[in-house]
Amino acid sequence: MVTAALAQAGDMLLFAARALRDVWRRPWEGAEIARQILEVGWRSLPLITAAGFAVGVVMSMHTRASLERFGAEAMIPAGLALALIKETGPLVTGLLFSGRVGAGIGAELGAMRVTEQIDALESLAVDSFKYLVVTRVVACVVAMPLLTTVTNFAGIIGGFVAETAVSGMSFALYFDRAFSLINFSDYVPSTLKTCVFGFIIATVSAYLGYNTRGGTAGVGQASTRAVVLSSILLILSNVVLVKMILFFFPSR
Amino acid sequence: MEGDDIVIRFERVSKSFGPLKVLDEVSFEVKRGTAFCILGRSGTGKSVTVKSLIGLVRPDSGRIFVEGEEVSRLEGEALARLRRRMGFLFQYSALFDSITVGENVAFPLRRHTRLSEHEIERRVREKLERVGLAGIEDRMPDEISGGMRKRVGLARALVLNPSVLLVDEPSSGLDPLTAAEIDDLLLDLKLREKTTLVVVTHNIPSARKIGDELAMLHEGRILARGRPEELERSEHAMVREFMKTQGGT
Repeated sequence: MVTAALAQAGDMLLFAARALRDVWRRPWEGAEIARQILEVGWRSLPLITAAGFAVGVVMSMHTRASLERFGAEAMIPAGLALALIKETGPLVTGLLFSGRVGAGIGAELGAMRVTEQIDALESLAVDSFKYLVVTRVVACVVAMPLLTTVTNFAGIIGGFVAETAVSGMSFALYFDRAFSLINFSDYVPSTLKTCVFGFIIATVSAYLGYNTRGGTAGVGQASTRAVVLSSILLILSNVVLVKMILFFFPSR
Repeated sequence: MEGDDIVIRFERVSKSFGPLKVLDEVSFEVKRGTAFCILGRSGTGKSVTVKSLIGLVRPDSGRIFVEGEEVSRLEGEALARLRRRMGFLFQYSALFDSITVGENVAFPLRRHTRLSEHEIERRVREKLERVGLAGIEDRMPDEISGGMRKRVGLARALVLNPSVLLVDEPSSGLDPLTAAEIDDLLLDLKLREKTTLVVVTHNIPSARKIGDELAMLHEGRILARGRPEELERSEHAMVREFMKTQGGT
């Protein structure tokens, strides 16, 4: 069992390496990449925006409850914005994305495999790996930081709504305070690390879907495993990425 | 490959999946413009044979030539070039289910030609008419019957005018009338357009109608090969029985 797991991990790494290599090879599949960005990015917007807003409201309530004790309510906007931008926003977006997009990629490619649509692509002289896998990997890598930015802003707006309901703080003052402590090294590395999340979600899900066996039951398994495995790998990779960000962009 | 009229050559091809040996040193040749039917019970390696002709399955040993090129060694663009000259009709059609029938048939044209949209639409219409399905371009694959899907699959396989057409179980899951219509289409392709056909089937009437030569696969080997009447007189009782029980004379 351990040997089988290691073999599959090795397969998955080779699959990911092939995806990285094939990004730079013709044909570029621009139209399909654009279609996938629309599918994984644009169509995830309602979920991401709603979730980000709700997270912002809840974080604001918790932050107020904590900071009130020290008379530091004025720090609520900055604390919330920092927490969202540096960690909560990227992680929440990654997990939501893996649930929606990872499951979708695993199921779609799995269904295409068991109904011979992937073989049909190959028989029509189309590189199925490039057409199905690489396009989805590129789309996820592009979409993740954009969606994370949406989560961050939706969260900050949610925080404002919660805060203004309690204290009546104005929009201008809230945003002035929220961004008062945020600088380049807080925003850019944390947002760009989500490109890695996008890569992990897309390659893991595509690997499981592309190699599906066992009919419709196999498709279901591929979809479920895509979410579970990509979520775990995302959380684990986050530890390494945060450590790297702290090393290269130490907090002042 | 010597002899211009030999389009396909299978040379001592073997293939195993784990401990299961599916093909065991299988050899045959197919002449240009003829139909070669591969018969056999389920699980005897028929589909593996036809899939290895287009490079979807790689043999463990042996060589496969199509149009003078060794498929089993081709990769990348060279394999894609050869595949553009071949068509494949899958057992369950394998239509792309997220796009319309018209887009399915147009797919190879959009990928591999620089034809105008107008010309692509014209050719799609023409191919769908050819398979008796004019006017269903805007339907989705799940809105049409199994027989219609099979014909759309055939239109898609033919849209680049391939010189070799591979067909996996053309009558599988179809009623006898629809199956006969598909057979007529394949026969017409062979006779009018001189398309070389390799057809996998266990439907003997269909094989008799289309096939110039039949080969019976059993336990990974070709048990008998020849014209239908030769197989009926085969030294192997099993072959004679197969030809009879499946509707043979």
